[in-house]
Amino acid sequence: MAKQKNGRRDVYFISGGISKFAKARPDVTFQPMVKEAYDYALKDIGLDNRQAREVFDGSVASYFSDHFQRQLMSGIMVQDYLGLCPLPGHRVEAGGATGGVCFQEAYKNIASGVMDTCVAYGFETMSHVNTWKGNEFIALASDVSFDYPVGGFYSGYYAMMVVRHMQEFGTTVEQLARVSVKNHINAFHNKYAQKRRKLTIADVRNSDMVAWPLTLLDICVMSDGAAACVLASEEGVERIRKATGKSPKLVKVTGVGRGTDAMRMADRPHADVILLPHEKKSDYKGLKYPGVHSFRAGRTASKLAYEHAGINNPIKDIDFVELHDAYTSSEIQTYEDMGLCKYGEGGAFVESGAPFMPNINYGLGKLPRQGEIPVNPSGGLIACGHPVGATGLMQAVFALWQLQGSIKKHLGDNTIQVKDAKRGAIHSHAGTGTYVTVSILEKN
Amino acid sequence: MKQTCLEKKPLTEKIKLAETDDGAILFRVPFPKNLKDLHDMSPIIIKQPYHIDYIHSFGQDSPFFAGLANGKLLGTKCSKCGYTYGTPKGHCMNCGTRCNWIELPLTGRVHTFTVCQFGSEEFLKETPFVLALIEWDKVDTLFLTRLVGVDAANPSLDWVGMKVRAQFKRNAKFKPTDVYFVPEK
Repeated sequence: MAKQKNGRRDVYFISGGISKFAKARPDVTFQPMVKEAYDYALKDIGLDNRQAREVFDGSVASYFSDHFQRQLMSGIMVQDYLGLCPLPGHRVEAGGATGGVCFQEAYKNIASGVMDTCVAYGFETMSHVNTWKGNEFIALASDVSFDYPVGGFYSGYYAMMVVRHMQEFGTTVEQLARVSVKNHINAFHNKYAQKRRKLTIADVRNSDMVAWPLTLLDICVMSDGAAACVLASEEGVERIRKATGKSPKLVKVTGVGRGTDAMRMADRPHADVILLPHEKKSDYKGLKYPGVHSFRAGRTASKLAYEHAGINNPIKDIDFVELHDAYTSSEIQTYEDMGLCKYGEGGAFVESGAPFMPNINYGLGKLPRQGEIPVNPSGGLIACGHPVGATGLMQAVFALWQLQGSIKKHLGDNTIQVKDAKRGAIHSHAGTGTYVTVSILEKN
Repeated sequence: MKQTCLEKKPLTEKIKLAETDDGAILFRVPFPKNLKDLHDMSPIIIKQPYHIDYIHSFGQDSPFFAGLANGKLLGTKCSKCGYTYGTPKGHCMNCGTRCNWIELPLTGRVHTFTVCQFGSEEFLKETPFVLALIEWDKVDTLFLTRLVGVDAANPSLDWVGMKVRAQFKRNAKFKPTDVYFVPEK
């Protein structure tokens, strides 16, 4: 049995599926929507539903809000619809990072030896209320004594963060707009995405102002959608191989990390930067950290995941990243938390072209570092949509397909396939940076 | 007069009529002779109203709201390590010690801000409104508030660092909005 030095067993990610993300899916309730993703994942490794119940040891369910559906215990309704009863299962909730936490809980089930095979499935149906009521529900993920009553609105919270980022580091709204252009154009080649549009910086800046300086096109949309992932130990992979007569293309989960920060932005410290191995204290003289411009949880999650996977310099050691770009600004903040560039350099980093795909013309002129480390080749949350409980798992599935080299097979378009991708990172993020997960996936 | 939430202009770049979520009451629907045709049926969508009054206690934070009702802005200070909270915390996040109540200065600075042109349903009728985090010297954390008396149509990074003064509502509602900040003249 393969054991890592920290006592964990090796964990393989072998299959995934995604429902087409949409503004609304009135044609189905949430259970069949999850089944679309689940059945796709089964089909990809040649399992039928009856076999699945025999080879799977259990599941983890991911969804964020009971409010959106006005249905408690939705998780078990999915479990029974998928035919997974009476196998073990539970629901996880961690705001926007629910999907990322779900993936890691499935990882833990395998790594700990509790299970040899585990399905992680997630969904959200946000279309059941109007957009403004939806924003109200989401804003309840801020302190209801001190924050929500002042004018609870997540876009407002993120706008305050980026204003501070602009003030502290000189980040510009045009740099933010570049993230939107990149992610929407990437998604043009992703049939699962909700918004597939060829945009310009002017389009982004000229769209409706939502919370200054963030416009409509700086912000992800609400969605209905589902995703599913299948994880297994070596024994689990062998069991599936026996059941199907086929060998799944394996991707190994080599690093997991998680971090947290205070719910209220007002409570965040103004202290010293948590350093990654390739950084020095002198890089950040006089910077008060994290304040409201940076995410201590994202930095902590990255640090732990990198240590686990043996990554010393992320920009050299990682081939692509799928990160939680609920806002163009949070993508820029996250480049820095993940150490793709130093704190304060996120704006210049996107301007350099480093996080763009190397092979796509974005209409932005010459990008000197284009394609160095593609970030959100899928289009991210901004273009794919953000059905909260599905989002972190969707990122995992796109990363799996990148590492399997199977983007063309699944999307019918090879444009966003990262060539020779060997190692990818997925990043899932909650609240104003309260829970963050980073997981490292590697081609086996 | 302020628009109500459902009349608020739709967030879209296309020109189209504003949608509302009221609909017709449906009593009957067509039904096919052959049950196989039911797979092609359109979904039936109904409206389920949901209204709740929560009984919310401010608990250990209650003195803060009593303070606002009496024209005082209260924070807390750790009785052991001295860490000072601009938004009250009952116990210190650094050392776990119980904090004591202190009066915060009524003048501070804008640490950051935004102008909300849209918002959650509850606040949509108040847009545009300005949210700001307030900072003070020798206070370790910030305070979220509404900033009024600035030109919401012309926000500027220059507002960061602006000196502002706390004002209190005459009739307390026992909400954090019983205090708000205005530019210090």
